[in-house]
Amino acid sequence: MIATHLPALQVVIPLLAAPICAMLRRGSHAWAWATVVSWTMPVIAVAILLQVLEGGTISYWIGSWEPPWGIEYRIDTANAFVLVLVSAIGAVVMPYARASLEREMPADRQVWYYTMYLLCLTGLLGMAATGDAFNVFVFMEIASLSSYVLIALGRDRRALVAAYQYLIVGTIGATFYVIGVGFLYVMTGTLNIADLAERLPLVENQRPVFVGLAFLTVGLSLKLALFPLHFWLPGAYAHAPSVATAFLAASATKVAIYLMLRFFFTVFGASYPLADLAIPALWIALSLAAIVLASITAIYENDVKRMLAFSSVAQIGYITLGIGLNSEAGLTGSIVHLFNHGLMKGALFLLVGGIAYSTGAVTVDRIAGLARRMPLTFAGLVIGGMSMVGVPGTVGFVSKWYLVLAAVERGWWWLAVLIVASSVLALVYMGRLVEAAYFRPAPASSAGDQEMPLSMLVPAWVLVGACVYFGLDTGLTAEVAAQAARGLLGTP
Amino acid sequence: MAGAVAHFGNWVTVILMVIGLYVVLARGNLIKKLIGLSIFQTSVYLLYVGPGKILGGTPPIIAEGFTVYANPLPHVLILTAIVVGVATLALGLALVVRIHEAYGTIEEDEVLGREGDS
Amino acid sequence: MSGAATMLLAMAVPLAGALLIALSHGRPNQREAVTLVTAAVMFGLVASLVPEVMAGGRPATQPWTVLPGLDLQFVLEPLGMLFALVASFLWIVNSIYSIGYMRANQEPRQTSFYVFFALALSATLGIAFAGNLFTLFLFYEMLTLSTYPLVTHKRTDEALRAGRMYLLLLIGSSIVLFLPAIVWVSWAAGTTTFAPGGIVAGVLTPGETGWLLALFAFGIGKAAIMPMHRWLPAAMVAPTPVSALLHAVAVVKAGVFSIVKITVYVVGVDNLARVGAGDWLVYAAGTTVIVASLIALAQDNLKRRLAYSTVSQLSYVVLAAAIFTPVSIVAAALHIAAHAFGKITLFFAAGSIYTAAHKTEVSELDGIGRRMPWTMGAFAIGALSMIGVPPAAGFISKWYMAGAALAAGENFALAVIVLSTLLNAAYFVPIVYAAFLKPEPAGGPDHGEAPWPMVVALVATAAGTVLLFLLPNLPLSLARQLAGLP
Repeated sequence: MIATHLPALQVVIPLLAAPICAMLRRGSHAWAWATVVSWTMPVIAVAILLQVLEGGTISYWIGSWEPPWGIEYRIDTANAFVLVLVSAIGAVVMPYARASLEREMPADRQVWYYTMYLLCLTGLLGMAATGDAFNVFVFMEIASLSSYVLIALGRDRRALVAAYQYLIVGTIGATFYVIGVGFLYVMTGTLNIADLAERLPLVENQRPVFVGLAFLTVGLSLKLALFPLHFWLPGAYAHAPSVATAFLAASATKVAIYLMLRFFFTVFGASYPLADLAIPALWIALSLAAIVLASITAIYENDVKRMLAFSSVAQIGYITLGIGLNSEAGLTGSIVHLFNHGLMKGALFLLVGGIAYSTGAVTVDRIAGLARRMPLTFAGLVIGGMSMVGVPGTVGFVSKWYLVLAAVERGWWWLAVLIVASSVLALVYMGRLVEAAYFRPAPASSAGDQEMPLSMLVPAWVLVGACVYFGLDTGLTAEVAAQAARGLLGTP
Repeated sequence: MAGAVAHFGNWVTVILMVIGLYVVLARGNLIKKLIGLSIFQTSVYLLYVGPGKILGGTPPIIAEGFTVYANPLPHVLILTAIVVGVATLALGLALVVRIHEAYGTIEEDEVLGREGDS
Repeated sequence: MSGAATMLLAMAVPLAGALLIALSHGRPNQREAVTLVTAAVMFGLVASLVPEVMAGGRPATQPWTVLPGLDLQFVLEPLGMLFALVASFLWIVNSIYSIGYMRANQEPRQTSFYVFFALALSATLGIAFAGNLFTLFLFYEMLTLSTYPLVTHKRTDEALRAGRMYLLLLIGSSIVLFLPAIVWVSWAAGTTTFAPGGIVAGVLTPGETGWLLALFAFGIGKAAIMPMHRWLPAAMVAPTPVSALLHAVAVVKAGVFSIVKITVYVVGVDNLARVGAGDWLVYAAGTTVIVASLIALAQDNLKRRLAYSTVSQLSYVVLAAAIFTPVSIVAAALHIAAHAFGKITLFFAAGSIYTAAHKTEVSELDGIGRRMPWTMGAFAIGALSMIGVPPAAGFISKWYMAGAALAAGENFALAVIVLSTLLNAAYFVPIVYAAFLKPEPAGGPDHGEAPWPMVVALVATAAGTVLLFLLPNLPLSLARQLAGLP
């Protein structure tokens, strides 16, 4: 039965497809191949999600070796949801990639882009699917190494520097992670995540466990760009090829956040890392700092891609804030925002990439008056912007609703007010774009600018539409996120 | 003193780790940074392999007369990690070559300085 | 057709209208015909709901659930009926006026003007029909967003600055104060659905009730209680039809409407009167009335003077509601309607003066009444309504207001009403006096009345102001139903 092998197929298909892709000598062939592969991914992911929703957690033994000796892929609602997000974004950006890359890189490099893209997809899906802590590291490095290449393929030389910096920081993060796992392994003798969760209580108050947790937390925080460990992110996102930025922004940090959730809640148990009051306080303080400071930086940023990158740092702050709140509503908010932010930031980066397709660099001054020439692009930008602000009827509202609810449940009114008040910051930086595009006169030099080709516009608008659809019909996202939150907290 | 000897392996691990991290952070030369990164990663190999050795244990081959074996799993894991480390180093060096082509230097501050007028 | 379906249709009609208007780009006659037909159909639909509401019916529908406990819900009750009637009727008149104004002043981007106008009206109806706080908030934000392009219509730096302040103050206050208040209600009461008598009575302590009311009063920035009023004078940079319908009727009335509605259906009038937690609101509103009147007195720009007059008149509504007796609620509801007719007339007149004579300052209006008798005649009636003198609608609402203040022993409110009446007279009577009785300065431009559609519109609203005084039955009975009076 093929259905029982879906968890393995999810990872193996893109892994095997990558070398085949490298052998195709023409960009168009590589693109077609990568598209076909990446379009099968969401089909598998959705099938897995349905299986999980119906029959509970899936445990898949790689090579039929019984865990904890063999590697286990263990998929519950939380990572099934992440698989759906990553694979869906991966599929949506592929039609967009063709025209966008034609413009941004020479033909001989496109093959490498698609190869690395498939490897990156493998790594991200593998990180989400696997139930083995060391296997996570391997997939993390597959995803990271390939994403360094994706970023380095950006159109100007600053992409190289950004990729190098990301490589240094990313490797330090992954190494910290593996050090943390090493400590846990020394203490428990197992690497299987479920097994770790069972054995850790036996050694729970010993110092190496704390040290391990500390290394894990810092390593993953680097990967997910938690303030103040976010410094690598704006450069990487600003200089990567447009389509790579959209894909990575929507998926890479999200998978790291999923791992953080998995370790905090499944491995250490809901109460352990967050039981000591000082840790959630620090965690919430860092999240708030991310939200406020990164948003303010975004307000003063003139390069639109960098602005959106800082906005990502701020939005990640909302997600980690929900983790710090450590309740069902808070985690639901985190998980649903993980998904929702993937949608809206993916949409925004695709749209901005579409503007770059015509204009080259995208600065606030350069897009003055462009709304007239690119009405569909900017209409999408307005909707994506409203999502960022959290206007009701868009996905941003749903996430914030749960976060505010979680804060109120705790009786932390000041936090609830801060969460909603911070939306005003998003209003200011998105408002700057909208005002420039719609209400400033277009300079004469923009006469030749026009809408991006349909093959790029349609994927961007699919994500824009999703921002509205999942804002109105929250049955899927909020329900699944709530179930995932319950699964992580271990409550029925 | 006895403790220091007993934990000799751990001391080496930690010292290498800190040296590596310091080099990454403190050096401006892109190659030297990569060297630091490699030292840092190497310390992790020791971190794993060290505890896998059991005093008096032999390589894990089942044979007459041997009952205590070293744990083989860390070696397997670290084999993977070494591969990853090599790949990272290779990619890092490749990027440095490209940066040198594009900027004509591999000093970080000079590279960042030249971005202003690019 | 059921009442619920009619409500949904009434909100959908302007949306469809907006689409048709957009498709009529480049064909002005067709575009404006579509606007007028849309406005007329919408008014017809709203008016057809009146008998059911008068008979005590409360058509309700719940077409969508966003999150568990967050429903899109519409319930038609008397206050919403009154607000919807006023807004949809005045849209017809305003559309006629707009056609004259926009053509005569050769404004650019007329299609987008009509499109966003229709969207704004749809949002206004959504506010009027909202059955719970969440729905109210949703359409409240939609109204802000759809009117932003109208405020920045001129695209000048000044317009952009005004637009920025408009968005920041309105969305900022609604997100920072209004939304937390909604979350609080939803968390404490377990629901946000409006219910007669309120839903937080007995749930919150008196102190908490006071804070909740404060969050609502200042979070609803559209009601322009000081210091949340600054967006309103800034928004006067918009074309006059926008100032007239949106910033004298739809947008600002949506603000005070929301406050009255929340007072009646969320916090509860009896509850507030009992716990005494909202007494400070009388002072906040009273201060706004007086201070805004004083500022109005000092303005030479006619539209700015009218804008500050609006700020002060809006706080009348809040002041009346804040007395927390049934009669005062009647007064608040009546004043929503009365001020709408009076103020739109005044703005129409200001726009008509600008179009015909290109004058914007009060000091330039000497003797203009003889050149533009219809315009200034209507202006005089509007001014009478603002002051609260028969035969204008403002008299009735002020009468109830003063009566409620007397009965409740609210001496401060009474003093505010008396003093502000004098101030209103002080800044409106000189305009009328100068227009009709002072000699025209020599060498001015030779001009007559504004184009006929504008004159028709402003005469119609002036007549409406008088008619509301003579035949106040419909708004009065709706208001009494709202207050639970026989």
